[in-house]
Amino acid sequence: MSIIEITGVVKRYGSVDVLKHIDLSIASQEIVFLIGPSGSGKSTLLRCINALETVSEGDIVVDGLSVRGGKAEVRKIRLEAGMVFQQFNLFPHLTALENVMFGPLRVRGVSWRDAAEIAEALLIKVGLKERMRAYPSELSGGQQQRTAIARSLAVKPRLMLFDEPTSALDPELRFEVLQVMRQLAEEGMTMVIVTHEIRFARDVGSRLLFLDGGRIMHDGKPDQLLSDPPSERLRTFLQHVA
Amino acid sequence: MTFDWSAFFESFPGLLYGARVTLFVTLVSLPAGLLLGAMVGVILTYAPTPIASIAQVYVGLIRGTPMVVQIMFIFFGLPALMDVRLDGLTAGIVALVINSSAYLAEIVRGGLLAVPRGLQEAGLAMGLRFGQVIRYIVGPVAFRRMIPALGNQFVIGLKDSSLLIVIGVGELTRTGQEIMTDTYRAVEVWFAVAIIYLAMISLMASLLKSLEKHVRIA
Repeated sequence: MSIIEITGVVKRYGSVDVLKHIDLSIASQEIVFLIGPSGSGKSTLLRCINALETVSEGDIVVDGLSVRGGKAEVRKIRLEAGMVFQQFNLFPHLTALENVMFGPLRVRGVSWRDAAEIAEALLIKVGLKERMRAYPSELSGGQQQRTAIARSLAVKPRLMLFDEPTSALDPELRFEVLQVMRQLAEEGMTMVIVTHEIRFARDVGSRLLFLDGGRIMHDGKPDQLLSDPPSERLRTFLQHVA
Repeated sequence: MTFDWSAFFESFPGLLYGARVTLFVTLVSLPAGLLLGAMVGVILTYAPTPIASIAQVYVGLIRGTPMVVQIMFIFFGLPALMDVRLDGLTAGIVALVINSSAYLAEIVRGGLLAVPRGLQEAGLAMGLRFGQVIRYIVGPVAFRRMIPALGNQFVIGLKDSSLLIVIGVGELTRTGQEIMTDTYRAVEVWFAVAIIYLAMISLMASLLKSLEKHVRIA
């Protein structure tokens, strides 16, 4: 049973088709990596799943909820699908703990005490036990991104969307974020990840999609696609990112 | 001429009474102006075009006319126009609220626009309503960055209350004027008036400074 069902999705900005008829179905517990050159539409596709971008044609159904279903339904999708951004986007006026408490408090409506408990547990899980009271500006990029992951998890989503989660980080800080993501994958979280971390995709991914020019060009096992690229296009792309 | 210290000191009790009126007018009208300005600012920034245009016209009309004209209009014009009669103090407060709201609205709009878009997206992505995103995230972040500009507008507002002299409100400037017509000691009286304004504004500035420090985003 698929948790994300994408049918005939087109995304158009003016006269430019960023996504050209995407069909894709993602099952629960899949770890799907989206790779491709910039402008290929991978981030756009990801952002259509939780309706941060509207689709021009077609439909996306997440756990039985349609992105075209109106405000209330879209909000439900966003509760199901947590998102992690390239730029972290932590709330700068709140501490790490308050950032993570925010969703449970304001969206799930749990009590302050329970929210604090949830948030503490998650921050410990992502290795930030000592930094809970720090403001985002006092955290390193890697710490900020781990807080952001905890913040998304706090709403108890059924799947997680990652939009280039390590692209704004120094190489030595990437590792700690990837560690957290690896752990999530091992716990059986459904994940859709846009990234340039090819090696990570090979290690952790259950499925790899190569997007080019707004289409899914390849869809397969990461290991197979990466060790024996079926097209010259993918081969060249991999040479450029690796 | 010689500076008459006794005239200087003797003017203080009367002037301080006027200063109380000035403070009262300022403390009532600026928070109200901020509230109105925040609403207009949010409309300018986020409302659909037709509603935002109405807010733009409002801001344009107020910024495009002198405050004295607005005060006169509310005090003398409204009774003739629609039989609304306000006493001087009320008319003055209404004028200050309306006038400051237009400038504050633009400050609020600028502050909201300066908040990185990603914060709004992060809020929406966790399932918040748009109104909640503005209330809990964009608003508070913008407010912290707006404090210097708001403070500036508050200082201007306090001094603008002196324009209520034209409709006879007994605030500080008006009181100075009255004492001077009694004593003819222009230098001493206006010097005293200036000192009292300076003291009120310095106090306000230091309060704003400590507020800024208190809510600073490190």
